Amino acid sequence: MLLKKLTEACGMPGGEGEIREIILAEIKDYVDDIKIDRLGNIIATKNGKPGFAKIMIAAHMDEVGLMVKSIDDGGFIKFAQAGGLDERILVSKPVLVGKNKIPGVIGAKAIHLQEPEERETPLKTKQLYIDIGAKSKEDTEKLVKRGDYVAFDSEYVEFGNNLVKAKALDDRAGCANIIEILKHEYDVTIVAAFTVQEEIGLRGATVAAYNINPDIAIVLEGTLCSDVTNVPEASFITKLGEGPALSLMDSRTLFPKNLAKRIYDLAEKNGVKIQYRLPSAGGNDAGAIHTTREGIPCAAISVPCRYIHSASSVMSKDDFEGCKKAVKLFLEDIKEGEYIHE
Amino acid sequence: MVRELLKELVETHGLTGYESETAKIVEKYFRPYSDEIKLDKMGSLSAIKKGKSQNPNRIMLAAHMDEIGLMVKKIDEKGFIQFTNVGGVDQRTLLTQEVIIHGKEDLFGVIGSKPPHILEASERKKSVKMEDMLIDVGLSKEEAEKYISLGDPITIRRKMLNLQDDMVAGKALDDRAGVAVMYECLRELSNMNHDCDVYAVATVQEEVGYRGAIPAAFNISPDIGIAIDVGFASTPELSKDDTADLGKGPAIGFGANIHPKVYDRLIKIAKEYNIPWQQDICPGATGTDAWGMQVTRCGVATGLLSIPLRYMHTSVETVDINDIKNAGKLLAYFIVSLNGEDLEGMLCY
Amino acid sequence: MSKINNDLLKKLLETFGPSGNEETIREIIREEIKDYADEIKVDALGNLIAIKKGQGKKIMVAGHMDEIGIMVSNIDENGFLRFTNIGGVSPFTALYQRVMFVDGTLGVVGMEKLDEMKDLALSKMFIDIGVYSKEEAMKKVNVGDVACFYTPFVQNGDYIMSKALDDRIGCYVAIEALKALKDCANEVYFVFTVQEEVGLRGARTAAYGVDPDMGIAIDVTTTGDTPKCKTMDVKMGNGAAIKVKDSSILTHPEVKKLMVEVAKENNIPYQLEILEAGGTDSGAIHITRSGVPSGVISIPCRYVHSPSEMVSVKDVESAIELLCKILQK
Repeated sequence: MLLKKLTEACGMPGGEGEIREIILAEIKDYVDDIKIDRLGNIIATKNGKPGFAKIMIAAHMDEVGLMVKSIDDGGFIKFAQAGGLDERILVSKPVLVGKNKIPGVIGAKAIHLQEPEERETPLKTKQLYIDIGAKSKEDTEKLVKRGDYVAFDSEYVEFGNNLVKAKALDDRAGCANIIEILKHEYDVTIVAAFTVQEEIGLRGATVAAYNINPDIAIVLEGTLCSDVTNVPEASFITKLGEGPALSLMDSRTLFPKNLAKRIYDLAEKNGVKIQYRLPSAGGNDAGAIHTTREGIPCAAISVPCRYIHSASSVMSKDDFEGCKKAVKLFLEDIKEGEYIHE
Repeated sequence: MVRELLKELVETHGLTGYESETAKIVEKYFRPYSDEIKLDKMGSLSAIKKGKSQNPNRIMLAAHMDEIGLMVKKIDEKGFIQFTNVGGVDQRTLLTQEVIIHGKEDLFGVIGSKPPHILEASERKKSVKMEDMLIDVGLSKEEAEKYISLGDPITIRRKMLNLQDDMVAGKALDDRAGVAVMYECLRELSNMNHDCDVYAVATVQEEVGYRGAIPAAFNISPDIGIAIDVGFASTPELSKDDTADLGKGPAIGFGANIHPKVYDRLIKIAKEYNIPWQQDICPGATGTDAWGMQVTRCGVATGLLSIPLRYMHTSVETVDINDIKNAGKLLAYFIVSLNGEDLEGMLCY
Repeated sequence: MSKINNDLLKKLLETFGPSGNEETIREIIREEIKDYADEIKVDALGNLIAIKKGQGKKIMVAGHMDEIGIMVSNIDENGFLRFTNIGGVSPFTALYQRVMFVDGTLGVVGMEKLDEMKDLALSKMFIDIGVYSKEEAMKKVNVGDVACFYTPFVQNGDYIMSKALDDRIGCYVAIEALKALKDCANEVYFVFTVQEEVGLRGARTAAYGVDPDMGIAIDVTTTGDTPKCKTMDVKMGNGAAIKVKDSSILTHPEVKKLMVEVAKENNIPYQLEILEAGGTDSGAIHITRSGVPSGVISIPCRYVHSPSEMVSVKDVESAIELLCKILQK
């Protein structure tokens, strides 16, 4: 299963190779041209009919994770964050280190040995370390080197009412949806950008958008969803199971309302559940794309993900399917000449 | 030679945004080893050394020639100068420093504040805020205004110090040490054959967000861009994880900001020519010209070399000249190693 | 004594136009300038670009149309609106202010009970539009709708007081300069930019499209002339301010020199400005493509980002004159 394969594979910012290989194999039969640029973005073009707009559809391949910083005398691994993580979620998680996916655990002092106030204070990245079970620095160095990427070890699980738990749903859900979208035919030309380094500052999208120079762009994302107990509704941002979420405003982009509304109305008319993502902080590749060159109108449509940026994020398969449907409806609705800029 | 260049560079003043004097020194030293010198619209200086190839690839080296410092904010009633900072200045390092105010003429001054004996005990425990400091130029308001106006740049007055062996200390070694690396590289290349066109760019305004490197890279549109900057060197209070050692060679950056094949090649060359090197792990933003260059146009394959440096952003920054020489040599051999190379193939993921 | 066009100013200042919602203000400006420009266009982000043709250098003048505002994020059972900021809105200046939606719906900003005033945050505040239920509220306002502050424009003696002087006063300066500009050899692009308040976004794409030889932003700056304020050597009423530095740009020394020379030659009152925090459109323009030497003419403004910003008529006139003379040079 595609989403399982994509979420169980590892790809930190700057180290997206494994994801890139999976995607290339999946899309090669459905597109007319594939390029990989100097940052590692995949840019795949599926030609449409002449006279129709060129639409960029972007999803990022990278996920948040860790990087090996040094190995201490006892063979324990010190690490830094690769992408923004809440450091409170790190302790007592299994991880995979480096290309060979050496298993390890992020350990901590047992509760019995802690002072009462220690239990109240979150552990900082600097205090934590990875234990791969090696006896010494030399042993660890045989398997791990500085600069190796570290990913959470987290299995894809389906549970509850059509829900999925996995790591990296942000944004392998988007990648999986683009792959599916590319399997159909459209009048418009689609340039799919599977971008790198979103999590450290929308780096891949910056150059991909410059390169593609599309008429408009659609970003497929995994986004915040905090619809849990004791959170006021005003802070939900999105609700799980209520359909994919269209962005209005985040800290990087003010989305053109007419574009978002058109996608929303089309979905609603065709019985696809859809919601707006409430204006809040955060940002996605649209932030870089829309200010590229002379400006590129963007829409962002996201699968709501609870516990995002952790080893166990949760999404609804209905929202995931809905996202793909909403995008397809929009692509099929674009008329000749529409959106084409001079 | 490099010691003389370094001395002249760090004793010249070139506050961020006001780098033209420094550019002149760079030009003087770079000209004999380059085919063409260009100043771009922002003030960055490119020394271009043409390659032998018919269709040369372009390699951009970038080291910034600006330095952090201060700027005149107000001349008060008594003729004292109030100031603000340009770039990340640690206010604790400023008290009683000697400065030069670059007004109509260069003016000498001393940074002072309220003397400690009239302070409350509690006040003494706090560091003095920049807004409570002033520069004494020994003139009345009227006299001062003849020479000084708002916005005049201010830099620290500091001679380069020769410490033991090949260690030197001074201001602005961040990143004129990097400029010296480019000089060493160009000098080495003058005795070698290389296919690529080399653009050695002394960039402006790095300290306020690599504002010089962004347009310079857009203009040059290089195939490979390598930034040479300084990195934290080990001192007693810093963790070993975050630092490199002085004198053990340039640190080669690794992480998302660096193209993996450029990194691999730099290490291969270092090993091949017995050039000492260290590793610099940077998973995210490097905050250097490399960060600006990488996302230029359709994307640039970037590399990063860091010269280990102690006491960053102070006026006693300390480096080992051997690291500079080794970095220059490494870059030159790297560039020569690209002869006959199909860059598309080499940089392919 | 004053040559100021109060009718135009009133229209510019009272019109609705938070970042990303500049349609109304754009139409007003377009209508005002259409007889003076050789060509007018709107780009993909919504920047209004008016071209005055010439054979000389290509100069981009930028004043931003957008103002700070709020966006509705939730409507509760009783019809109270929760909101988030667009641009730099301080909870302390927003409290108990009136806000206006695009259709003219008015509301007032209230707050939850707080133990200490310093805990005030936008998340603890709401907008009351005078309805009793969610259903009633939703007839007027939806999640995602946007509002700006609502305060009438006042001009009296030398001062102008209003919301959105940041940066409609810059737009005003640019409009008046465009009208007054005759015998100009240079090709001037007057760009009324969008989305400055959320990160200089409009100026970035406009500058890429225009590809100018030089950029001049017209914007407001803070002052150092109110009781016990932060030290800053800019006074309201002392003339147009020529920017040396802010957090987005270090003015190109040649551009600064040119501006100062022009002011001196023409006896235009001016002052130099060093702004320690804050940025403006030139910050985006000057690093576009291969670099664009850029500067800023600022209008000293007290209480920036409040519903009652204040500028001096004399300073506005100096800024218009300075801009015209620079463009003619």
